[in-house]
Amino acid sequence: MTKVFMTVNGKAVSGEVEGRTLLSSFLREGLGMTGTHVGCDTSQCGACVVHVDGKPVKSCTVFAADVAGASVKTIEGMANADGSLNVLQQAFQDHHGLQCGFCTPGMVMSSAALLAENPKPSEAEVRHYLDGNICRCTGYHNIVKAVMAASGQDVSALAAE
Amino acid sequence: MPKDHGIGASTKRREDVRFLTGRGVYTDDMALHGQTAAVFVRSNVAHGRIKSINTAKAAAMPGVLAIFTGEDFKDVGGNPAGWLINSRDGTPMREPKRPVLAHGKVRHVGDAYAAVIAETVAQAKDAAEQLAEDSVIEELPAIVDMKQAVADPSNRVHDEIPDNLCFDWGWIEDNRAAVDAAMKAAPHVVTLNLVNNRLVPNAMEPRASIGEYNPGTGDYKLTTTSQNPHLTRLLVSAFVLGIPENKLTVVAPDVGGGFGSKIYHYGEEALVLAAAKKLGRPVRWTAERSESFLTDAHGRDHVTKIELGCTKDGEILAIRTETLANVGAYLSNFSTATPTFLHGTLMSGPYKVPHVYVNVKTVFTNTAPVDAYRGAGRPEATYSLERVIDKMCRELGLDPFEVRRKNLLTPDQFPYQSPVGLLYDTGNYQATLDKAVQMADVVGFEKRAAESKARGKLRGMGLSTWIEACGIAPSNLVGILGSRVGLYDAATVRVNATGNISVMVGAHSHGQGHETVFAQIVAEKLGIPDSSVEIVHGDTSKIPFGMGSYGSRSLAVCGTAMTKAVDKIIAKGKKIAAHMLEAAEGDISFEDGKFQVAGTDKAKTFGEIAFSAYVPHNYPLETLEPGLEETAFYDPANFTYPAGAYICEVEVDEGTGKVDVVAFHCADDFGNVMNPMIVEGQVHGGVGQGIGQALCEFTAYDETGQLLTGSYMDYPMPRAEDVPFYNVDYSCQTPCTHNPLGVKGCGEAGAIGSPPAVINAVIDALQRGGHTHVTHIDMPVSPSRVWSAING
Repeated sequence: MTKVFMTVNGKAVSGEVEGRTLLSSFLREGLGMTGTHVGCDTSQCGACVVHVDGKPVKSCTVFAADVAGASVKTIEGMANADGSLNVLQQAFQDHHGLQCGFCTPGMVMSSAALLAENPKPSEAEVRHYLDGNICRCTGYHNIVKAVMAASGQDVSALAAE
Repeated sequence: MPKDHGIGASTKRREDVRFLTGRGVYTDDMALHGQTAAVFVRSNVAHGRIKSINTAKAAAMPGVLAIFTGEDFKDVGGNPAGWLINSRDGTPMREPKRPVLAHGKVRHVGDAYAAVIAETVAQAKDAAEQLAEDSVIEELPAIVDMKQAVADPSNRVHDEIPDNLCFDWGWIEDNRAAVDAAMKAAPHVVTLNLVNNRLVPNAMEPRASIGEYNPGTGDYKLTTTSQNPHLTRLLVSAFVLGIPENKLTVVAPDVGGGFGSKIYHYGEEALVLAAAKKLGRPVRWTAERSESFLTDAHGRDHVTKIELGCTKDGEILAIRTETLANVGAYLSNFSTATPTFLHGTLMSGPYKVPHVYVNVKTVFTNTAPVDAYRGAGRPEATYSLERVIDKMCRELGLDPFEVRRKNLLTPDQFPYQSPVGLLYDTGNYQATLDKAVQMADVVGFEKRAAESKARGKLRGMGLSTWIEACGIAPSNLVGILGSRVGLYDAATVRVNATGNISVMVGAHSHGQGHETVFAQIVAEKLGIPDSSVEIVHGDTSKIPFGMGSYGSRSLAVCGTAMTKAVDKIIAKGKKIAAHMLEAAEGDISFEDGKFQVAGTDKAKTFGEIAFSAYVPHNYPLETLEPGLEETAFYDPANFTYPAGAYICEVEVDEGTGKVDVVAFHCADDFGNVMNPMIVEGQVHGGVGQGIGQALCEFTAYDETGQLLTGSYMDYPMPRAEDVPFYNVDYSCQTPCTHNPLGVKGCGEAGAIGSPPAVINAVIDALQRGGHTHVTHIDMPVSPSRVWSAING
C-alpha cells in the first residue's frame, strides 16, 4: 500500500492505495464519491469519465497511483458554486438528455471536455466526440441536442431532417 | 401556449438534479458497516458435469469468510417460470429446476456453481480463481444450435428432457386446419425465412445485490437492481428461500436501466441473502460487464418461417408461422410468455386478417437464459409480419403504402376481435400512416434518392405499421393463458397533515421519469402544485403490493391505481367539506383545489381539508375515520394497444456494404400523453435500440457454446454516430377506452416498430440499385452481410 495525494474538485485528498487500485475505485470506495460510475471495466462505455488536469480520462483504466499529485474533477464538482446546475448540466435537464442517469456523469464530463476544446461543435462533431460514451436509454438524440444547446446554439428546429 | 405544469406539460424531470450532480444512489453506491464481498465461480464450459469441488485451499486464503456450492442449495426451491404453457397436445411444458447455484451439471458459460465471500472483492476473486482450479468439471458436448438441439435427442441440456423441447405451442390450435386451407386456396403465397437476432440488453448499470440479515430480529433485506421489488420478494420468499415475506424487505433504489433484464430474479440475489444470514454481515455483489454479458437474460433469438397468403392485388388472406425460440439453459421468469402470448397474439398486427396460425417450439440450449427484452415477443411478431408484407409487395409489384392502406383495420371496425385472441379497443391506423407519410416527405423521396446517388450512395425507404399489446395485463385473462401471478398494480396516496402528498406506487422507475410524471397527474387532479407531490417507489416496506414496471404498464396500470386512489381522497374530502361547510355531501364540488358548496362561494381549500383530517376538531368523527390516506389496486380490463407508422431512410454504400440510417420518422398513437418530453424520449430510446438490433447488435456463441461477443469490444452497441436525430410525433391520439387517463404506454414502441422499417429500407435501397436478387438480409445488416448479399 502506498499513500497518494491529489486534488479532487479543488480539495486536497489522500488515501492508501494498492498498485492495482484504479482511479475509479479510489474515488468511489476510497473517497466515497460514487458519482463516477463503472459500467464496463474495458474502457468502452465511458460512464467513468473524469477530468485529470483538465483532460477527460476513463477512470476505470487509470491507476490511482499514476495520477498522484494531479488535479481531478468529477461530476460532483461540476455544479455552480451556489450548488445550482451549470450551463451544461442545465442543458441536459432542459433537453431531457438523461433517463436512468447511469451514463450521465461520464456524458457530462466528456461533453464538458468537448466544449472546452470546441465551443461550438456541429452535430457531427458532438456525435463523433461522444463515441466513447455509451447510453442505452436516450438513443443519443437529446444528449446531442443538450450539448449543442449548452454551446449556445439554437436547437429548437433540430429534428430528423 | 403549452401547459407548464400538470397533465400534458413537458415538465422537466425532478430526478435529473441528483443524476446530474452525482448524487443518485444506485445499489453499488451503498457502503455498509461490516460489509463483505461475494464473487461467483462461473463455468467456463457451456455444458459439463460437476465431478468435484475442493474448497479447502480457497477457504484457507486470506480474507475468505465462506464458500457456497450448489450442494448448499440443493434442498431449497428453484427460481420458477412465471407462466405455464401447454403444448399443442395438451401436455404441460417441461420445467427443469433452476437452482441458486448449479448442482450436478453446469449448463452455460457463466453458470455459477460456487460463490466465495471474503472481506474484499480482491480477496474473493483470488479465492474464486483457486476454487475454479480445484474444481473438476467434465466437459460435455455443447448444445448451441436450436435445430440440432431438437434433432439430436442423445445430447440433453437437462437429462430429464429428452428432446430439449420446453413446449410445442400452437395458437390457435383449433384454427390450424382452416388456416392451412386458406393458405392452400390463396392465389399467391409469400414465404420468408428469417432470424430475429439474439440481443444482450445491456442496461448501463450492471446488476448488483446486497444482502443483509439482522440476527436480533430475523429480518432480511435485499437491495438490488430490480424493475419490480415486490415480484422479486415474492419469488425469493415463496419459491426459492422460503423466507416469509414479512421478514424480507426488497429495495430497488436508483436503477440504471432495465429493458427487461432486471425484471427477473437471479440466483445472485438469493445467494447474498443466504450468505448474509450465515455471516451476520452484509454481503454485496456487483457484476462486472463480462458477467452481465454471460448471465443477464438475453432477448429475441427466434428462427422463423412465415408464410402469407394473399390475392394478387395484395389483400392478406392468411398468415402462418413456425418459430424456434431459444430459452437458453434455464427458464427465466417470463421466458415462456415472451415467445407465446406476447408474440403469437400480435401476429395479425394492425391488419384485418381472417386466418392466422402461429406455432412456436421453445428449445433449451447451453446458452444464457433468454427472456423479455424491450418489446418482448411483440418486436419478433412485428418484424416477421412487416418483412413478409414488404416481400409480398416486391413479388407482386405493389406499393407498400397502398398495400398497408388496403389491409389496415379502419376506425369503424373497433372494437376488433383479432383471430389470435386480442380485443383491440380503439385505434386509427390510417391517421398515423398518413402522418408518417407527411413527416417523411414521401413524395420528395425520388429527389433525395437522386442526391444520394450523385454522392455514390443507394438510398432506400422502408415502412412499418405496427401495433403492440401493452398495459400488462388483465389478471383473469392471463390466468387462463397460464400466468402464475396477477398483473394488477397498486398505489397509496397519503395526504400529509399540512397538505403535501406522498404517493407510494408499485411501479418502479429505472429511467422512465415516474417521479416527475406521476406527480404531475396527482397534482393536476388535486389542483395543487407538482412540487407538493412526492412519488415513493422501489421499497417493499413502503409501497403497496404492485408488480413493477415492464410491458409499458406503469401509467396504464399503476397510473390508473393511483388515479383511483386520488378519487377516493377527493370523495372523502367531500365528506369532510360537507361537515365543515354544513352542507349536503352531494352539493360539494371539487375543482381547482377547492371543495365548494354548489351555487355559493362557501369553500374550503384542499389544505384546509387535509389539516382537518389530521386535526379533527371540527370533523364528523362518529361517521368518518380521521386521516386522509387511500390505497387502490387496479386490474386492467384489457390490454392497451399503442400503434403507429414508422418510416426509415437509409443510405447504402455499395462498395463497403455499410448502411447509414439517415432519417427516421415516427407517427405514434399512445392515446393521451401526460408529459410530451418524456414520451419523445422513450420513443428516441426505443428506436435507438431498434436501429442497434437492425444494424449492429449480434450475440455470437461458437459451436462449443463460448460467447464470442462478451464485451463492448465485441458486441457492437449503437453509439452516437450510428443514429440520426429522430422525427417523432404523437398527435394522432385515440385514447384508451378502458382506463381513466386514456393512456396506452410508450416505452417499447420504438424498439417494436423500428427494426423492420430499417431492413425494409435496406432492401429497398438494394433493389433500387439493381440488386434485385437481394430479397432479404438477416439482422444485423452489417457491412459484411450487405456486401456479401450484393456480391452474391
